[in-house]
Amino acid sequence: MAKGFDIRNIDRRFIFVLVLAAVVWPLLHPLKLPMDVSPPVQVLYDAIEAVPEGSIVMLAADYSPDTMPELQPMAETFIRHAFRRDLRIVVACLWPASPPLVEQALGPLAEEFGKEYGTDYVNLGYMAGGIVTLLGMGASIPETFPADYGGTPVDEIPLMVEVENFDDIAFVMEISAGTPGTREWVQQVQSRFRVTLGSGTTAVGAPNFYPYIQSGQLTGLLGGLKGAAEYELLVGVPGDATSGMDAQSVVHALIVFFIILGNIVYFISRRSEKKSA
Amino acid sequence: MSWLHMLFNGPPGTPPSVVWGYWVAAILTICIYSFLYKDNPFYKFAESLFVGVGAAYWLALLYHETLVPKLITPLFPGESGDPVQWIRIFPGILAIFMLLRFFPKVSWLSRWSLGFIVGMYSAVNITGFAQGDLVAQIHATMNMSLNSGGPLAIILNAIAIIGIFATLIYFFFSKEHKGVLGGVAKLGIWFLMVAFGASFGYTVMGRISLLIGRMQFMLGDWLHLLD
Repeated sequence: MAKGFDIRNIDRRFIFVLVLAAVVWPLLHPLKLPMDVSPPVQVLYDAIEAVPEGSIVMLAADYSPDTMPELQPMAETFIRHAFRRDLRIVVACLWPASPPLVEQALGPLAEEFGKEYGTDYVNLGYMAGGIVTLLGMGASIPETFPADYGGTPVDEIPLMVEVENFDDIAFVMEISAGTPGTREWVQQVQSRFRVTLGSGTTAVGAPNFYPYIQSGQLTGLLGGLKGAAEYELLVGVPGDATSGMDAQSVVHALIVFFIILGNIVYFISRRSEKKSA
Repeated sequence: MSWLHMLFNGPPGTPPSVVWGYWVAAILTICIYSFLYKDNPFYKFAESLFVGVGAAYWLALLYHETLVPKLITPLFPGESGDPVQWIRIFPGILAIFMLLRFFPKVSWLSRWSLGFIVGMYSAVNITGFAQGDLVAQIHATMNMSLNSGGPLAIILNAIAIIGIFATLIYFFFSKEHKGVLGGVAKLGIWFLMVAFGASFGYTVMGRISLLIGRMQFMLGDWLHLLD
């Protein structure tokens, strides 16, 4: 090893700067790297495509602002997909911070597709109780959510007149950042009421849910930004997730490079230490 | 429209409050990231502000989204004409019991609330886990075919079955891990390491995604440098 410079003692801030550059550069100058669609995303897309026109689907939004970069594109794309197929959307949240985040996506997209609140979509807002709320929805959604996010009683909302429980919901899209989230929906709702359930989760949580795909409990899974970008690709409207995937790929390549470099340096230094001993 | 004009006024039609909101968010983001260089007063300020605002936000949110609609309004419906829901007194009492932890003489009452929560959630969760996880996953494993679905599916199913078996053997502690049992347990460790590696990879992707989201905000919403 050359004297004066030892890569093992490199300042970690040097790595931070490289990671920052690897994120910023592709955002400013998109590389348009190719992207494949993975089977769990394709399954989810196909399942929504198979829902008959005019059916009611549920968006279960259980996330907060800290996970918006990964999960908001999923919510937006699902709403776009559902509106484009003339599906009606019922939004229900188990996280108190979720309803305004969904509103951010619902408002502009409803305007774009000419959808009317109360007839084509409804935001039931947040309900405390976690898994108890899920069980309550299995018996009666209007009794569990007596009013919508704005405080209007659900019996005054035309769309909700058609909804009693999960039997009236053709597909549930659960977008989850933690607990209560996808696991609770699988355990308490899918297994008891046999709803068709798809999920979008943060990348951190995604590996925990792949067994549910194999067992058929989940009908498709969007895992992190990559899953969101693949879904955007299928729906045909590239958004924030797609634009972030170039940066994601470049940073991953950089991290792999550092892992390989670190291992090479480790083995070289171990051999030279053995020799000197 | 010049870039500087966009920076301070936003795209046409943007309310000034939104533009200044972007500025506050951007400056606080820079303060937080400055910790990567080294600890400094700007980071401390942003951290303290975040903790304070976060606590206040959640308190207000829980008050308006939970306490008011679930307890106060049902007990005091006022002029709405709705009947008083007296049953809500019981969860209200349990909630007050939780707060009694701060008073040593009566803090034991909080155990009643905790006991109720633990008992109720255990009952609901155990049945949900048994039905949704345990039985369903065992059923899915038993259904894995080793003679249909094509060569790739057969190989993948075989790997999954061997992996499940070896990993379960690793967690079998009633016999010392020696001989064949030790070999299978070691194979189980390899499968666990692969699972942890995949999980770590996803975690890296998740953390980088958050950085990308922040940079999209900084370069797009704030600096207007993205298309």
